[in-house]
Amino acid sequence: MLPPFFGVLFDGLAYGMLLFVLSVGLSVTLGLMNFVNLAHCAFAMLGGYVTVTLVNEFHWPFLATLPAAFVAAALASVVLERFFYRRLYRASDLDQVLLTIGFAFISVAVAAYIFGTLQQPIQAPEFLRGSSTFLGLAFGNYRMFLIGVAIVVTVLLIAGLEYTRFGAQVRAAVDNQRMARGLGIDVDRTFAATFALGSGLAGLGGALAIEIVGLDPSFSFTYLVYVLIIVSVGGLGSIAGSFAAACLIGVSDIAGKYYAPELGAFLIYLVMVVVLMWKPAGLFGKR
Amino acid sequence: MTAIALETRGLSRNFGSLAVSRDINLSLPVGARYALIGPNGAGKTTLINLMTGLLQPNAGQILLGGEDITQLEPQARVKRGLARTFQINTLFAGLNPLEAVTLAVCERRGIADRFWQNIAVNKDAIEEAYEILAKLKLGDVCYQTTRELPYGRQRLLEIALALATKPKVLLLDEPAAGVPQEESGDIFEVVAGLSNELTLLFIEHDMHVVFRFATHIIVLVGGAVFTEGSPAQISADPGVREVYLGKRHHG
Amino acid sequence: MSQMSAPTNPQAYLQSLSRWRPIEIVFWLATLLPFFLFPDYLSLASQIAIAALFALSLDLILGYAGVVSLGHAAFFGIGAYSAGIFSKLVWGEPLTGLVVAAILAGLVGYASSFIVSRFRHLTLIMITLGLGLLLHEAANRAHWLTGGSDGLQGVSIWPVLGLFKFDLYGYTAYGYALAALFICFLAVRRITNSPFGLALRGIRENWVRMPAIGAASRAHIRKAYTIAAVIAGIAGAVLAQTTETVSLESISFQRSADVLVMLVLGGAGRLYGGLVGSVIFMIARDQFSGIAPQYWYFWIGILLVMVVMFLPNGIVGGLSKITARWRRK
Repeated sequence: MLPPFFGVLFDGLAYGMLLFVLSVGLSVTLGLMNFVNLAHCAFAMLGGYVTVTLVNEFHWPFLATLPAAFVAAALASVVLERFFYRRLYRASDLDQVLLTIGFAFISVAVAAYIFGTLQQPIQAPEFLRGSSTFLGLAFGNYRMFLIGVAIVVTVLLIAGLEYTRFGAQVRAAVDNQRMARGLGIDVDRTFAATFALGSGLAGLGGALAIEIVGLDPSFSFTYLVYVLIIVSVGGLGSIAGSFAAACLIGVSDIAGKYYAPELGAFLIYLVMVVVLMWKPAGLFGKR
Repeated sequence: MTAIALETRGLSRNFGSLAVSRDINLSLPVGARYALIGPNGAGKTTLINLMTGLLQPNAGQILLGGEDITQLEPQARVKRGLARTFQINTLFAGLNPLEAVTLAVCERRGIADRFWQNIAVNKDAIEEAYEILAKLKLGDVCYQTTRELPYGRQRLLEIALALATKPKVLLLDEPAAGVPQEESGDIFEVVAGLSNELTLLFIEHDMHVVFRFATHIIVLVGGAVFTEGSPAQISADPGVREVYLGKRHHG
Repeated sequence: MSQMSAPTNPQAYLQSLSRWRPIEIVFWLATLLPFFLFPDYLSLASQIAIAALFALSLDLILGYAGVVSLGHAAFFGIGAYSAGIFSKLVWGEPLTGLVVAAILAGLVGYASSFIVSRFRHLTLIMITLGLGLLLHEAANRAHWLTGGSDGLQGVSIWPVLGLFKFDLYGYTAYGYALAALFICFLAVRRITNSPFGLALRGIRENWVRMPAIGAASRAHIRKAYTIAAVIAGIAGAVLAQTTETVSLESISFQRSADVLVMLVLGGAGRLYGGLVGSVIFMIARDQFSGIAPQYWYFWIGILLVMVVMFLPNGIVGGLSKITARWRRK
């Protein structure tokens, strides 16, 4: 039974990489400001619809739409951050949950109004279709592409955080906000920039997700659950944690669907509850 | 020799490689009025957090009335008679002082889990709470929401909440922090008027206040006890002047 | 709150906080109006009463103790399925079914309270969400027991007390739901005026200070969570019995989110907040979703944003502020 095992592992990892791109932004912003943003996947959905529109209506090449999806989601998040989120950084969890769940609801209705409730069709470019064979095993091209994108994103993020001035400010602010303010770091602006970056990554994830999981207005909520699971299992503010958790959840989900379809989504919820009971701050969490 | 109310033996605590408390040995006799002084970052609040159980020590013991309480949860220490106040107001902003102190009294009496009876039935508890408030000159504002109270009154409510637990030892973390200097004396008058059986340890920066109200002073520097003694000894100690008084121009 | 009648005696003051006010009596008398004025809308009225009961139970943990839950429908669903399955396996007598549902929901609530009371903030939200989703998935998969996505069929309930048959117009249904709501309301009202209720408000106001006054916060939260689960179970059971069916929706995330919206719309931590919120929510949904069901959540979203930005204490909180200002003049 080796080939199915590897196939499941590969598909699970590819799926995990997709979830990683979707969730890493939320992890960093949560770690930075403790802001519970349940509208995170609404930005992802926006990215998805930007890609769909550009490909189907304006006949852009698929790859060219990906930066557009990133920019659109980042811009939308800057507007919301400036006018709404910023006023609630010190508010209770409940207020943050309510406000952002409100935006998620609105995004669902607006998407349904503009695009209808059906799944959006999208045609991936020729070279990403089909699969390639190595060592007698077939690997889906699109899934390999996904893994490649995720690795590039991870390397850029880690390098950016480690070696740039901005990255140092973000790390300082995540570590100890009061100290960072004392050192003259403009934590609010750092946060706004990180928030835009994280939402942009979500937009990119939304665009990449269409080929794998489809796109309809319920995306805001369906994938919110996955993203929240990854963030809390991985630990707030930890890129490595999100990466590990995304792999764990991606593989568990695909393996569960393949080997024990009667369990359905049971497995990932169980993984989350067990991990959180064992380590309330997540696998890589400090707090 | 008088009985010891609170004692620490070799108490140490590190944050990573930073030692914030180093081998602290203290003993507070029953009824004492101890002041804990030292420059910023000397580990004064950390010491109180260790004593009350908000932090666990890396080494050492804490004894309350001779009983080892090092492993106990914070609320269990409170039940045994060790109470504290906070440097930054840590109050129940949406409750009024009467409700807040009644709550503390109910918790102490073990009746706070009674969900079937009206609170007004517990006449004794309410009267006890009101007495504490009246003693701290909060009787006239006890129906006002806490967040609307003037700052100085909120500092007194900090003490009232701690007193409602009927402590044997009370740790006051800068009870007059943030209060204008001319009013801080009022707060310490109240503190000085507390029962003689109550053992007090307070952190304070204002040396006038310290020398006026303390019977004994502990100087903490860099997480360790630098010296301790009577106010006269401390004020005459050239070392203290150098590390603390001289440098910081207090008093 | 009642500066105008500040009594000199603290005990009398606390007593006065729990006194019935005229507006409350008017409110409860008004709940009888649907019998006479809107007999065509009795089934909607009983839906409202059930939603209000569910919101009341969430208020106890969220509004009073400050424990945010995104999975409260778990207990509603357990109550609904328990009552439905009980009627099929044992008998259709409604009151015993109600008691069994309450006990089962309470047991699950008690068990999960040991997990819930250990956490705060995001972890708490995720744990409640995760447990809720787990139970939803379990109900979905246990097709042999719950009917899965087809819903539980074949529930048949005997007349209440052997006298009142569940009729087509919903007279009995509304009367039954209203009675359950009123009795549970009396219980919750007493709890909020008790020493325990004060302790819950203490936890909400300052979680950090509670241990410093010697309080066993976790034990309090466990108890409150269990009571809330019992009441949510009763609400679910009433829904199952009055509609004689149980759908998967009764244990879904959607229902957890809806009840949260109702509660904060009306005003959390104010006893009547959940009741007022559910009346407005349910009537609005009845009207709006008739026009365009898929856009209903657009208005809910707008409403949530407005409430958080402009009406932090909900409708009841806003009204009491206005009346307080008006009285002072």
